Amino acid sequence: MEKRPGVDGLKIIVTVVMFAGSVLFLLPFVWMLVTSFKVESEVFAYPIQWLPKEWNAVENYKAVWFGDYPFTLYYWNSIKVAVITTAASCLISAMAAYGFSKIKFRASNFLFMIVLVTYMIPGQAILIPQFIIYRNIGLFDSHLGLVLLGTFSVLGTFMLRQFFMGLHQEFIESAKIDGAGHPRIFWSIALPLVKPAVATYAILRFIWTWNDYQNPLIFIRSDKLLTLPIAIQKFTSMSGEFYSLIMAAAVSAILPLIIIFILGQKNVIEGIALGGVKG
Amino acid sequence: MGQIMETLTQKPPAVRNRKGWSLQKGETLSGLLFVSPMLIGVTILVLIPIIATLVLGFADWNFVQGFDGIRWVGLQNFSNLLQDDMFIRSVRNNFIFLLTVPVYLLVSMVLAILIDRYVYMKGYFKIAYFVPYVSMTVAVAIVWQVLFQPSYGPINEMLKAIGIADPPKWIADPHFALISIMMISVWISIGFNMIIYIAGLQSIPKDLYEAAEIDGANAWTKFRRITFPLLSPTTFFLLVTGIIATFKVFDVIAVLTQGGPIGSTTMMVWYLYDTAFVNLKVGYASAIAVVLFLFVMLITFGQWLAEKKWVNY
Repeated sequence: MEKRPGVDGLKIIVTVVMFAGSVLFLLPFVWMLVTSFKVESEVFAYPIQWLPKEWNAVENYKAVWFGDYPFTLYYWNSIKVAVITTAASCLISAMAAYGFSKIKFRASNFLFMIVLVTYMIPGQAILIPQFIIYRNIGLFDSHLGLVLLGTFSVLGTFMLRQFFMGLHQEFIESAKIDGAGHPRIFWSIALPLVKPAVATYAILRFIWTWNDYQNPLIFIRSDKLLTLPIAIQKFTSMSGEFYSLIMAAAVSAILPLIIIFILGQKNVIEGIALGGVKG
Repeated sequence: MGQIMETLTQKPPAVRNRKGWSLQKGETLSGLLFVSPMLIGVTILVLIPIIATLVLGFADWNFVQGFDGIRWVGLQNFSNLLQDDMFIRSVRNNFIFLLTVPVYLLVSMVLAILIDRYVYMKGYFKIAYFVPYVSMTVAVAIVWQVLFQPSYGPINEMLKAIGIADPPKWIADPHFALISIMMISVWISIGFNMIIYIAGLQSIPKDLYEAAEIDGANAWTKFRRITFPLLSPTTFFLLVTGIIATFKVFDVIAVLTQGGPIGSTTMMVWYLYDTAFVNLKVGYASAIAVVLFLFVMLITFGQWLAEKKWVNY
């Protein structure tokens, strides 16, 4: 396909310039990572030391993870909430997506319209009633409450519905003739066929839940139930001037996301492109 | 004979109809079963709350008073909002914040074109520019807080080193705080927009460019006549989602400035949060929520109209 095989001079120049640009773009992350390895007295030394003179990495991370601040507890809370939310949201979105695309029933279109309309409502416009409801049905200040807030995703339903619609109806019909009911068809035929789409949505939902700051801020009160975003903010105001430790905590919180993102980047990027352009 | 034929041909459809009817009933039942968890969740967590917001906007109420404490005050919350300097300031800041959208759209579009056509190691660039978008906003905001530190932060150290004696105090300075936050917001948003632009670029047929090359078009002409117009649906989509996203900005402000210094970075959602969950004025905060909701609805409706009129897919 390449018209000119071999090396393209212009392309090399652009690549070099873009590479320099990307380093500049990522400089805050580099600074964060390097700072997390430094001793505190070196953090603001100028000119900026991009390689620590004195490595203090082990001590810093040890102080964050096993110090007085219950960082491991918050980490565990984050893992718990993000994993359960992701699983629940995938299941419920996939079920709804299957129902709205592969089962022909009366009111289907009308109900789907209702679900779609809720997508236009900005989350913050409904925080107050959600708070009141949560206070009154006992979901306030609980992980279950947090999980439920992330579970009912219109975006997930919409995204997975697109994929289910791409499956040939014949799969469903022939399974029906063989006597399978919808639960079976859903679980053992349709769902495996859209596995890549579910994986994409799962990665996105995990990232969003892991990063969520607003819901825990409003719906969690007990210290022991906090997830990482607020825990890190608290840690920052408590640690005051210990920037090396703050950065070690920040790196610890971001690292799983970067790993998940790099492993699943094809899924994430395709999912976002698809959801974006077609949504 | 004819009669027999008639009954023979008539009967099966009748049977099929009845069977079809019960089949249809079964389908409806399983359909409802499959979508009901979603419907119930959306009803309790979104539909009822949005109605409640619209209703509470007309009340004077405080969380601690209990439901008996609700006083209905008609449009008073809304007329108070019009005279509330902090609210007007929030709306104004929201509108200033809109400027971030064209900025990051332009940057993302240029990056997307370069990455799609003119570089090696595409995979690396996609990941590199996307990293801020997937990273935890709170952690990233804390890093920026340190970078922006006025007296010994790295950014100002660098500025001093290149001869700027009195660099701005960034998020601590009322004149620079909003623009600092806007810069961070641009930085975070570029990755997402770039990815969608790359997808948009890949849907442009290659033979258009080949035909243009045969006609002797240079890179600029190709951009102006092919790339830019054919990207317009993508640009339009990103513009609308971007505008809506600016109305939802919260995390960065909550972590970095809390609306300050002296109200210079307050935005509608921040003011809503502050009014409802710090000052506990539920009715008044609901009125803000109603205004926020109306703004977003208006944009969505405008998008719908414009799409019907201008955009051809």
